[in-house]
Amino acid sequence: MPPEAGVAGLPAARRRMPPWLATAALLLPSYAWLTLAVLLPLAAMFAFSFLHATPLGNKPVVWTLEQYRAFYDQPYLLGVAWASLSIGLWTTGICAVVGFAAALALVRATAGRARETLLILVLLPFWTNGLVRVFSWTMVIREGGFLDVFVRWFWPSAPSLGFLYTTPAIVLGLVHGYLPYMVLTCYIALLSVDEAVIEAAQSLGARWWTVLFRILVPLAAPGLVTGAILIFVPVIGAFMEPRILGGRVGVTMGTVIEDQFTQAFNWPLGSALAFTMLAVVLGVFATFSGVLRRSAAT
Amino acid sequence: MLKLTRRRTLAVMGGGLATLAGSKFLVEPARAADRITVLNWQGYGTDESWAVEAFTADTGIEVVHDYFNSEAEMLTKLRTNPGVYDVVLINSARSQQAAGEDLLTPLDLSNFSNAAGLAPALRDNAYLKTDGKLYGVSWVWGMNALAIRDGMDKPESYAALAATDYKDNVALFDDAVTMIGVGAFLSGQDMNDPKDLDKVAEQLKAMKPNVKLLWSSEDQWNKAFSAGEFDLSVYWSGAAVRSQRKFKLPLHFVVPKEGAIGWLDSLSIPATSQNQEAAAKFINYMIDPKFYVEWATKIGAPASANEKAMEELPADDLNREIHKPEYIETMTLMAPLPDERRTAFNNLWQEVKAFYAA
Repeated sequence: MPPEAGVAGLPAARRRMPPWLATAALLLPSYAWLTLAVLLPLAAMFAFSFLHATPLGNKPVVWTLEQYRAFYDQPYLLGVAWASLSIGLWTTGICAVVGFAAALALVRATAGRARETLLILVLLPFWTNGLVRVFSWTMVIREGGFLDVFVRWFWPSAPSLGFLYTTPAIVLGLVHGYLPYMVLTCYIALLSVDEAVIEAAQSLGARWWTVLFRILVPLAAPGLVTGAILIFVPVIGAFMEPRILGGRVGVTMGTVIEDQFTQAFNWPLGSALAFTMLAVVLGVFATFSGVLRRSAAT
Repeated sequence: MLKLTRRRTLAVMGGGLATLAGSKFLVEPARAADRITVLNWQGYGTDESWAVEAFTADTGIEVVHDYFNSEAEMLTKLRTNPGVYDVVLINSARSQQAAGEDLLTPLDLSNFSNAAGLAPALRDNAYLKTDGKLYGVSWVWGMNALAIRDGMDKPESYAALAATDYKDNVALFDDAVTMIGVGAFLSGQDMNDPKDLDKVAEQLKAMKPNVKLLWSSEDQWNKAFSAGEFDLSVYWSGAAVRSQRKFKLPLHFVVPKEGAIGWLDSLSIPATSQNQEAAAKFINYMIDPKFYVEWATKIGAPASANEKAMEELPADDLNREIHKPEYIETMTLMAPLPDERRTAFNNLWQEVKAFYAA
């Protein structure tokens, strides 16, 4: 709405704020808060990453680039980074398949009250504390846990299905935590798909898989991509799920960075690793953003 | 109804303000001669209310507390609040650092009547001394060694952690200093200054087929042990007492032939304390067997550095059974580590963990 539209009938004496001032006034609180709460600590951490040691006590401050050589000096970190990436890819992939299916069912097969209830059920994991969720999984999937008890009701001599302290256990916990993001982003994307397009395709003889892969998936691609970004980024930095569900195999970039802050008291190395990860993630997005834009355009 | 609610609200607000004022008062210098401020971990002996009340009734000295959540925070508080604290708990591996920064006052044990009962190896420990002067009164100690499920053979050496009998059946403590210590013992090196870290890594990596879990909290350990996930573990002596006493877990704490990895907490008086005499009285009370026996039997405590206090525990007390006096001689205390070595330890342990995960 142009600013003049509303003042047309008012006396000229009543002055209005210039539009840029109104915009600034509306944006200032949130940007000031972001600067204070996000950018400043981030900048401090970035500065820390060029230090030799955590600046506490009366130690002299020494500036260095050595922290950024970590992947070169400690080559095992490459293996850890790969493990984190593959956990991230698995989690995002499973979330995409399961989440897209759930969103599709919600949009196409339900309506009214039922849809609302089902949506709320999807959001339920958000209402419980993450730590509680993860610990409850340990009770289910450990050897002799609820899963084994349940299976042995039907088959008393069943071998243990417990898989606590494995990579699938970590992925399970992460999928549980992050699935709602994917359901919601896909749900919103699918809502905007015009029913007529699907009817047109079907009237021309398209089978369900053609409708799914040629129409629904491409049209919902923005939702899938947004969901994937929302999930992938926090998952490769996750440390709680790997630590609790992963046991011996739960070593990821997230736990390595956490150790630097909580155990080793090596904040510079922790920050350098975190910023290296950030750079890699941004690099991946920059590479793929071209591809995504092209697919969104067609 | 409304009136009542409003009055109640006011009462709550007043209470909150009073608490605020109290907490402010707490960190202000305790200049009055009859008031001392103790800096310690929360819930670690000195702040037991019955003990503080008994001490105040006895001496007329009021005791208030301030807490720290990490040793680095403790040192920062000492540095930045001169004159505030009168008694501070310091791990023996940090004493020399604090004394080297002139944060502590040298002590004369003849002022502490209960110091006569202290185990000599702890009382005169080199880590509590700087330039020949004593800066801390040894208070409580404990060990990191092995715990084994009842009914299994007690391991004679840390080598059991890599033995094929325990495939997929071992839990390790996720702590660089402790695990490097175990690796150093196994490769015949000084736990506090192993010259050949490659050999340490080799020993630790050999445990890979056995390692089921890396634990970092007592709670996690108790849950996994009671679920039968492992039978052999690197464990804390104090936690072993609690796991048996509170949770009835079937385990034995074992100190293998290489000895335990020991730690010692001491009580010191900051150099800027305004009430050194009252502080000394409080420290003397803290090493009093009477206080310790009550703390250990009613609440639960680490082992006392005071041999007499340990002897006054009931003969079948778990704490006493586990913390045998001879271990004081055979355990290796964690030493103050220079920054470079600490970083090297952390990096090595990180590498070993990544090896376990791969």
